Amino acid sequence: MPIDSGDTAFVLICTAMVMLMTPGVGLFYGGLVRRKNIIAMISLAFIAFSVVSLQWILCGYSFAFGTDIGGFIGGLDYLGLAGVGMDGDGIPDLLFMAFQLVFAGLTLAIVTSGAAERMKVSSFIVFGLLWTTLVYDPLAHWAWGGGWAASLGALDFAGGTVVHISSGFGALALALVIGRRVGFGTYTMEPNNIPLTLIGGALLWFGWFGFNAGSALAANGLAANAFVVTNTSAAAGAIAWLVASWYRGKPSSLGMISGAIAGLVAITPAAGFVDPLSAIAIGAIAGLLCYGAMLFRLRRGLDESLDAWAIHGMGGLWGAIATGIFAVAAVGGVDGLLYGNVHQFLIQVVDACAALVYAFCVTYALAWIVDRTLGLRVSEEEEYVGLDISQHGESTRV
Amino acid sequence: MMKMIIAVIRPEKFEQVEKALTEKGFPAMTVSEVRGRGEQKGIALRSRGGPVTVDLIPKIRIEMAVPATFAETVVQIIREAARTGKIGDGKVFVLPLDMAAKVRTEEVSI
Repeated sequence: MPIDSGDTAFVLICTAMVMLMTPGVGLFYGGLVRRKNIIAMISLAFIAFSVVSLQWILCGYSFAFGTDIGGFIGGLDYLGLAGVGMDGDGIPDLLFMAFQLVFAGLTLAIVTSGAAERMKVSSFIVFGLLWTTLVYDPLAHWAWGGGWAASLGALDFAGGTVVHISSGFGALALALVIGRRVGFGTYTMEPNNIPLTLIGGALLWFGWFGFNAGSALAANGLAANAFVVTNTSAAAGAIAWLVASWYRGKPSSLGMISGAIAGLVAITPAAGFVDPLSAIAIGAIAGLLCYGAMLFRLRRGLDESLDAWAIHGMGGLWGAIATGIFAVAAVGGVDGLLYGNVHQFLIQVVDACAALVYAFCVTYALAWIVDRTLGLRVSEEEEYVGLDISQHGESTRV
Repeated sequence: MMKMIIAVIRPEKFEQVEKALTEKGFPAMTVSEVRGRGEQKGIALRSRGGPVTVDLIPKIRIEMAVPATFAETVVQIIREAARTGKIGDGKVFVLPLDMAAKVRTEEVSI
């Protein structure tokens, strides 16, 4: 197929929109931490994106999309983008590579939740390089690069498993290795700037149209379906979490925006396979489930600080399973459980669980190794004065 | 006789101090976010790029006007609730107070 100018224009714009989601995660997280860590938290997102941008060009794209080796990882064919050029199937190969790059960068930024307000920048760069190479790249290969999950027939339209289960459960493992923040559980750590978190959430919601609709890789009806179900699920998630928090007190703005993200996460794997009415159910259940997961985490005293596990991990898990429930052949050519296809449902469960276990265990091992060699954590004094000053020598105080 | 109490404490200890004061019957206070340092001149960090000193550490300042007979009790409540035992726990000052005049009414405490 020759290059299609409409498709190319569309995916170029979607790629730029997804890029904006990474600073969006930074702002979302930056508003949630204490004021002494806001610069450091936003910077981590940019650092994650920059590290992955280089890794992806040099070897990451090849590990994810190179010739399949044992269903597990891609070969070295595209090392340094060898053979990835301006020609391609509908869109240029270079553009497909860039579209996948912005996904990889975003995923590492989500993981920073687990180490918020206490991780050394130097160790994060090393950990991030290892993580994106050994966790993200294989998972991307499994689902999209011709790996075992794709051969099995697992559906992951825009990365519910690859992006959200991996980052959510990765963040949980990282949080367990690095340990709780000093004072967690003894005194409250209130968000320093909720409007900043809402701005981050707005950028995420906007960028997600590029994320899901762009995953059609063409300007067509499937992209339009993904666009509509994405917005529907986000709205349902926002209202569900808002109402749930209202029931327990006041309708929280943080709850509302967290619910929207939960809805967006859950619809991600399903966007090319379900219709808009199913998206209402997927989003609303995601909002309630992720809210419950957050309360569970707090009860257990787990300092997975900014809830990547509750929202991305559990939301991604629900989304992968929901795809197997609500998929309808009229949209993506595959039926789910509701239309009598038990087989697809089971495939989704197996795929999600495999990704979950792989992401959690490998992240745990990588974090442990970096901790034992370089040390993941800043000193207690550095943590006390905040990472803005201790890591960056900068401060928001005038 | 009235005394003015000015306490400079760790921000993360404020919640406990506020709770203790309220429980013991001293709810009235004015609170501000300040920066300061004591004899240790801030915190020195050993970073790999060389030593970095943070001159002024964020603190919470509590101001309370109380009858002189309660001054020592209040100081003790604040000390116990704000103490970690580490450098940087802060300080409490007690000053003489000439008058406290309520704005809403003509009430004056001397």
